[in-house]
Amino acid sequence: MDKNQDNILDEFTRGEYKHGFVSNVETETIGKGLSEEVVRLISRKKGEPEWLLEFRLSAYRHWLTMKTPTWAKLEIPPIDYQEIIYYAAPKKAENRSWDEVDPELKATFDKLGIPLDEQKMLSGVAVDAVMDSVSVKTTFKETLAERGIIFSSFSEAVKDHPDLIKRYLGTVVPYADNYFAALNSAVFSDGSFVYIPRGVRCPMELSTYFRINAAKTGQFERTLIVADEESYVSYLEGCTAPRRDENQLHAAIVEIIVERDAEVKYSTVQNWYPGDKEGKGGIYNFVTKRGICRGERARLIWTQVETGSAITWKYPGTILKGDHSVSEFYSVAVTNHHQQADTGTKMIHIGNNTRSRIVSKGISAGKSSNTYRGLVKVAKKCRDARNYSQCDSLLLGDRCGAHTFPRVEVANPSARVEHEATTSKIGEDQLFYCNQRGISTEDAVGLIIKGYAGDVISKMPMEFAVEAQKLLQISLEGSVG
Amino acid sequence: MSTEQINSDLSAIFREARKPLRVNSNELLDRHREEAFLHFIASGIPEKTEEYAHADLLPAFDRDYHLMLRPPRLKVNPDALFTCNVPGLDTRVRFTVNGWTARVDEPLELPGGVVICSLPTAAERYPGLLELHYNHHAGKRDTLASLNTAFAQDGIFINVPDGVNMDKPLQIVNLMQGNNNNVMSFQRNLAIIGKGATATILACDHTLSDNAFLSNSVTEIALSENASLDYYQVQNQHVEASRINAIFVTQERASRLDANTITLYGGFTRNNLIVALAGEGSECNLHGMYLSDKKQRVDNFTSIEHAAPGCRSNELFKGVLDDSAVADFTGRVIVRPGARKTEAYQANHNLLLSDEARVNTRPQLIIDADDVKCSHGATVGQLDDEAMFYLRSRGISEAEARLMMMFGFAHEIVGRIRLEPLREQIDNLVDKRLRGELTKCYNCVRHCKKTS
Amino acid sequence: MNKLLEIRDLHAVVDGKEILKGINLDVNAGETHAIMGPNGAGKSTLSAVLAGRENFIVTRGEVWFKGKNLLEMPAENRAREGLFLSFQYPVEIPGVSTVNFLKTAINEHRKYSGKPPYPPGEFLKMIREKMEWVGIDSKLLNRSLNEGFSGGEKKKNEIFQMAVLEPVLAILDETDSGLDIDALRVVANGVNRLKGPGNAVIVITHYQRLLDHVVPDVVHVLHDGRVVKTAGKELAIELEKKGYDWIKQQSPGEN
Repeated sequence: MDKNQDNILDEFTRGEYKHGFVSNVETETIGKGLSEEVVRLISRKKGEPEWLLEFRLSAYRHWLTMKTPTWAKLEIPPIDYQEIIYYAAPKKAENRSWDEVDPELKATFDKLGIPLDEQKMLSGVAVDAVMDSVSVKTTFKETLAERGIIFSSFSEAVKDHPDLIKRYLGTVVPYADNYFAALNSAVFSDGSFVYIPRGVRCPMELSTYFRINAAKTGQFERTLIVADEESYVSYLEGCTAPRRDENQLHAAIVEIIVERDAEVKYSTVQNWYPGDKEGKGGIYNFVTKRGICRGERARLIWTQVETGSAITWKYPGTILKGDHSVSEFYSVAVTNHHQQADTGTKMIHIGNNTRSRIVSKGISAGKSSNTYRGLVKVAKKCRDARNYSQCDSLLLGDRCGAHTFPRVEVANPSARVEHEATTSKIGEDQLFYCNQRGISTEDAVGLIIKGYAGDVISKMPMEFAVEAQKLLQISLEGSVG
Repeated sequence: MSTEQINSDLSAIFREARKPLRVNSNELLDRHREEAFLHFIASGIPEKTEEYAHADLLPAFDRDYHLMLRPPRLKVNPDALFTCNVPGLDTRVRFTVNGWTARVDEPLELPGGVVICSLPTAAERYPGLLELHYNHHAGKRDTLASLNTAFAQDGIFINVPDGVNMDKPLQIVNLMQGNNNNVMSFQRNLAIIGKGATATILACDHTLSDNAFLSNSVTEIALSENASLDYYQVQNQHVEASRINAIFVTQERASRLDANTITLYGGFTRNNLIVALAGEGSECNLHGMYLSDKKQRVDNFTSIEHAAPGCRSNELFKGVLDDSAVADFTGRVIVRPGARKTEAYQANHNLLLSDEARVNTRPQLIIDADDVKCSHGATVGQLDDEAMFYLRSRGISEAEARLMMMFGFAHEIVGRIRLEPLREQIDNLVDKRLRGELTKCYNCVRHCKKTS
Repeated sequence: MNKLLEIRDLHAVVDGKEILKGINLDVNAGETHAIMGPNGAGKSTLSAVLAGRENFIVTRGEVWFKGKNLLEMPAENRAREGLFLSFQYPVEIPGVSTVNFLKTAINEHRKYSGKPPYPPGEFLKMIREKMEWVGIDSKLLNRSLNEGFSGGEKKKNEIFQMAVLEPVLAILDETDSGLDIDALRVVANGVNRLKGPGNAVIVITHYQRLLDHVVPDVVHVLHDGRVVKTAGKELAIELEKKGYDWIKQQSPGEN
């Protein structure tokens, strides 16, 4: 790479994390460390029913028997689970009227560009704002309730709709699924619950905004989305955290149930604090997200733009159980500086005539490591399944790594599965072509990356596509791209 | 029997075999045994490891085998019993029986100073070369290869001096024969191709009796600067045979390797093709084809490491699976930091013909350099409908059209064989195989018995 | 007159959409027909239905070829009866050499009509002869079928196959599109050499230019799944001048 390009790369990668401020919110925390007593305490604080406590305890006991997974291409420093605070709640947040909420808290979300005041909000978007372990505010609840849509914090849903929670919790991601899922199931704090009744098209985008604020805490939220027959919802989650020197753990679970003829669009803009340029601090983002297309012709579309976190370990996947069900996965994952990401998707074809499509774009810069890991599985009895996967990696600089580990397992002859992957850097000829047309190398790099990620960005809900685009630019500023 | 039990049995066998192994071997081979066995036993027979993710090795090992620690006193002359005859193919033929090299009447040194002999003979006559190369390329890269290093006593050695073009291809015919015993073997081959030298090696695997076999062989290949090697392996064993076949190649600057692995028949076949592109501008082309039916299992594991700048690798493996055959493919491409201007292309395509057949494919790219062009692709599917219609619209019946397309599918690999008589022979075998006729190698009387 | 092809009220559906909405067409031995029409009129669908493509579903009507019910035959038997389709997009088949493909095809034809396989020597002689008059490179013979062929080579290969198989009825589906003038001449020569009192040709095309070389006896204009006009060769010239909008205006109520 010539010097000019080096400089541009350097400049591009010098981008700063824009959401790294700390809010001075009065916070109630419990002591650090994890034990059966802590699990009981969390449950008690949330006033949970007995069966939920039992669920937590079973998960906790199972977790004790498990080991941290080591198969990912990640260097995860040992995590001392006794040093983490498992519950932190901003005071003056929960169960208060909007006027009583700490102004600092309101200001925090304002600053993040998420005004929680309904008058100020984007009209087409309802937001559940979660800070640390609790939901601060859910907007447009009443409007949605008129159509029978339930959109509330997880804790409220446990109180208001215990039957629904009991029916679906842990059905897509059982607590024994993996190490971090077990941990989450034991100590999960808050999150969002969405229920779209039969035949209802949710009239606005639903969105949850997760914010870690308190120091030394872990965030363990839980999202449960149920789309009943013939319903539709588009849901988006966003995440940020302050700039801190220590690493913080985020271990979430998302479960999505899509019934017959229903459709769920699940979008993520993940921008947890990635650590500084030297790799100090940042969030460990170890998440389990999974959906099931339960009924015929159910559709689940995942779209994600991942720019944050020091370490990311996540594989949103779909179980295609209903005949003719469809799932798509679109992802842009950017790693810069010392970030590490091991991410991808799983498509499990069980129903006949099921279709899946995977488009994954990795961009690696700095000294980062970016891994795509995927599984496409066609079960023995599954007739006429189709999958197409495309995983591309773009390398910016010669100190980063891009790795691709797809896995295709086919046990039925009627399946057609295609996987394609490429890894390359931005072509000299592409840059030259742009230069020749009067475009600076820096702009050209920006342009090329925009085009590269375009397939995925265009799948985001319009309200967030612009945001996602900006985020890409910022996280690669100084990096190429 | 459990894997633990088999591991401990192997330990016992190794302890007992220590002395006899030395009697019939050479110090140059012996010096690696203990460490290699320790490496093997540290993890034992691989189970669900990253490298052996789908391989079920237990059935292959869970059997009583006879291990020949001394050269077999075979009364039969292998030439008389069996020739892997490819009409029109002029080669220097060497036989091994259960991993032991058979004597030949040719002189040790051939035109151009080429040496082909048994490994122990090479250890005696050319200790310097063995010091440099023996177990240098395999090292501790694979536990089953280490098991081979622990037990290996014999195999084929070939050295092509600098600048020499070998006059004829070397054909290694590996025979397994049990005389009523199941046999386990640990053949060890070493090929050294000098600077600017060229060679062609063809290795064929056959089974001569109905017994069960487990052959765990290792071939180490050193390609010096500008050296060029065409390496063919044709595997045609019966369904009671388990074949673990590891090839370790180190390529120096501007060398070229074309390796073609054709698996026509076998019970369980695991090929490990491990290539290190260590010198700038080197090139390797790995091609493979497997046609499996019944309950056959074929597991191809390839790893190409781009450790130097400007290297190229090309990889294409294709398979046709019928009945309840299972195929696994792992294609790993590693690009080390600093390996600029790397080009690596890889593809694995599979046709599934029956409800019970299965395919697991894992193309992997591990890239730590930026100036690279890498791609991989994998497909699993059936014959293309468009093409089927095109053929039928020309009056070709559906059955014939299917055969033609399968043949064409396989021919993409077979067509790359540069030895014309061999290519024709393999084409012929593939055609027969696809038409459901028995796979018969010329003059082979016995090994097809178990194929039905 | 010797009727080769009779199409009666042919309706066909592709992916649930009706494309052919009642085609009627007669082709006699010794005739050359041209089918013209705007994009999406159903021209290629008609050729695919005649050749026996399975995902094109005939919902109504009948087709008789040499007095036999064409629609009852599988694709390969239609070919063996002498129906040849020159594909608009010839399919690439890796690993299958052109010569092996042709040998298989011609021997299947022979088997169908009770003849023994072509003696190998004669087969090659015949192939060489046909290559010469189509004017294609003998190197193509050993290459995989259509793989890596240029657009022109693919179309020439279609004509070469037609020459080898000597069909009773040849349907050329936009064989002229994308051809330079030399290749166009090759195609035209091939077609003209095939023409005789016992067989017939249907040329499907957008443009007049191929028809300068292969002169049609009858020109049909297809629009919205129906034959909306049938006339002599002068119709093609008129179309070239006035464009298809003229036809669209003449058949109101359809689009």
